Amino acid sequence: MKAFDTWERVLLALIVLVYLLFGLTVDNFLSPYALADSTFNFSEKGLIALAMALLVVSGEIDLSVAATMALCSLAMGFAMKAGAGVPLMLLAALATGIACGALNGWLVTRLQLPSIVVTIGTLSLYRGLALVLLGDQAITGYPETLSTWGNGTLGDLLGVEKLIVPIEFAVLLLAAVAVGLLLHRTVHGRRIYAIGANAVAARFSGVAVNRYRFALFVFVGIMAALAAVLLTGRIGSTRPNLAMGWELDAVTIVILGGVAIEGGRGSVLGTVLAAVLLGSFTFALGMLNVPGIVMSMIVGALLIVAMVLPRLLRRLKAPTGLRVQGA
Amino acid sequence: MKHTAAFISRRDGVLLAIIAVVAIAVGLRAPVFLTLRNALDIANDSAILAILVMGQMLVLLTRGVDLSAASNLALTGMLCALAGRAWPGLPLPALLALAAVIGALLGAVNGVLITAFSLPPIVVTLGTLSAYRGAIFLASGGAWISDHQIHPLIKGLPRETWLGLPALLWLALLAVAATAWLLRWRREGRELYALGGNPSAATYAGIPVNRRVMTAYTLSGLFAGISGLLWVGRYSIAFTELAAGYELTVIAACVIGGVSIAGGIGSVTGAVLGVLFIGVVNGALPVIQVSPFWQQAIAGAVILFSVALNARSQARGVRQILETKHTAVTAGVAA
Repeated sequence: MKAFDTWERVLLALIVLVYLLFGLTVDNFLSPYALADSTFNFSEKGLIALAMALLVVSGEIDLSVAATMALCSLAMGFAMKAGAGVPLMLLAALATGIACGALNGWLVTRLQLPSIVVTIGTLSLYRGLALVLLGDQAITGYPETLSTWGNGTLGDLLGVEKLIVPIEFAVLLLAAVAVGLLLHRTVHGRRIYAIGANAVAARFSGVAVNRYRFALFVFVGIMAALAAVLLTGRIGSTRPNLAMGWELDAVTIVILGGVAIEGGRGSVLGTVLAAVLLGSFTFALGMLNVPGIVMSMIVGALLIVAMVLPRLLRRLKAPTGLRVQGA
Repeated sequence: MKHTAAFISRRDGVLLAIIAVVAIAVGLRAPVFLTLRNALDIANDSAILAILVMGQMLVLLTRGVDLSAASNLALTGMLCALAGRAWPGLPLPALLALAAVIGALLGAVNGVLITAFSLPPIVVTLGTLSAYRGAIFLASGGAWISDHQIHPLIKGLPRETWLGLPALLWLALLAVAATAWLLRWRREGRELYALGGNPSAATYAGIPVNRRVMTAYTLSGLFAGISGLLWVGRYSIAFTELAAGYELTVIAACVIGGVSIAGGIGSVTGAVLGVLFIGVVNGALPVIQVSPFWQQAIAGAVILFSVALNARSQARGVRQILETKHTAVTAGVAA
């Protein structure tokens, strides 16, 4: 459970490889502006992946996260149409995210349902509600402030022109540090690992398992709201198909980041590195005009390779006749 | 055992009653809904879903899930359409065999990854979901295969009528009957229930768990492949985004039909009723002039409602620990 383990080193090496490879072959890939630009490709996904990582470490999953984002963005849009200012719009998004997460959490903890079925159901429900409320319309005309948050740089905010770090990326880093501290440095983090490793044993040891599960689902909702605010600001519009399919991207990032899907293992650093790796890789492919669908195919293949590879290595390393289980 | 059998039929009975109530309620507002013609339309629309649900159910029984089913459908459909365009002389049996083989192979890939590396099915099929979808793009170059380029036999098959019923319905019935036969009278089928109910006990009982899991995913792929051929024929088009997201509808039908996502529980009758429910609701919405945008939200609500209902009535205690004082005590005694 060390934060910087073999897998994180592999990811880091892969990131360096991606930047070197594409830096040498694609013009301007390593220019500061392109680098800053590439972070837009993974910042929002990274945010939801962070929350998803906590959830997966605890042995649950939330496939409704992207649909939650759509609803949050919708809430912002409706708040704006009703004449609300930016703070109220944020509040609307946040409240929607919390409500969506709380419904998931309630169904999982109170009714004792498997989270994968619950969130497949709420995925349909939330996305469906977005469709019902918005139809084939779009909400546009968001205030300038939001656009700045989505597209701007820290330099814009602080009035320093040279500082071209995008605000979204800064938010991601800040969130990563906070989540990292929570998971790796507090008792709550230890308990999340304990729940993921063996929920029954954790319950017997006095961990309020269901309270943690509920809180984690709500946390995913909050992060979805945050990601939705940034994404809406960046693209400047709300459509019912906003962030369509992102739940799969977030799960891919989490798994590629070395979090075990069965729970109990994984690190925040790995998740962030995986987000950067996937983001920069697809950004580079985009610069090479590779179509999006082919990228997602490569990402899917990567996901499988990322799981098969460590198991193959472990099998090769383990002496014959000895079965290493979940080590 | 007797108790379980009785319960399952009661659940199916309730589901059937709900379907009947929905159908009659809609029929009262729009009498056209209760005509034989409309019933056949709904059956025809649900046929492909029924075939997919049979495959998905086999996988769910083993505690797995096949999220790649819709991508498999689309990829196989596209490959068949391409083959039909390249060799217009292909006879129908060859096309069907092609669809079955491609589909089964794609399903087997899932099975191998899951059994050989003991990977979680949800992640593996999540990966192949994107991988197969991307492969369609590579195979077709992103182009659409439209009506006039599709092999006449592929287009003809879903439009045939055999003995007064549409061919699609016959094929769905065939898939349902085959699955029912496998699950009820074949040892392999019984073993799927056993290993889904308790994988380690199944291993100790001498059931070749990995081989059975392979079978389930291969069959799921096979059904998806055949569905691909039928889908392309029915809608006379093949393109990259064909049936995207349909895997959720398939899983929804299973869950509504009482197939447990935790494995080992589910009946063919229930699954068919699940398909029927989705078919009736989707058929009813346009008739009572509810915006089709509601479809997805209703499907989601129904999924949640059915799993909640399933969980209520299924085996209290087995998976619940520290829930009530009573179970905690008995668990302690058992330990």
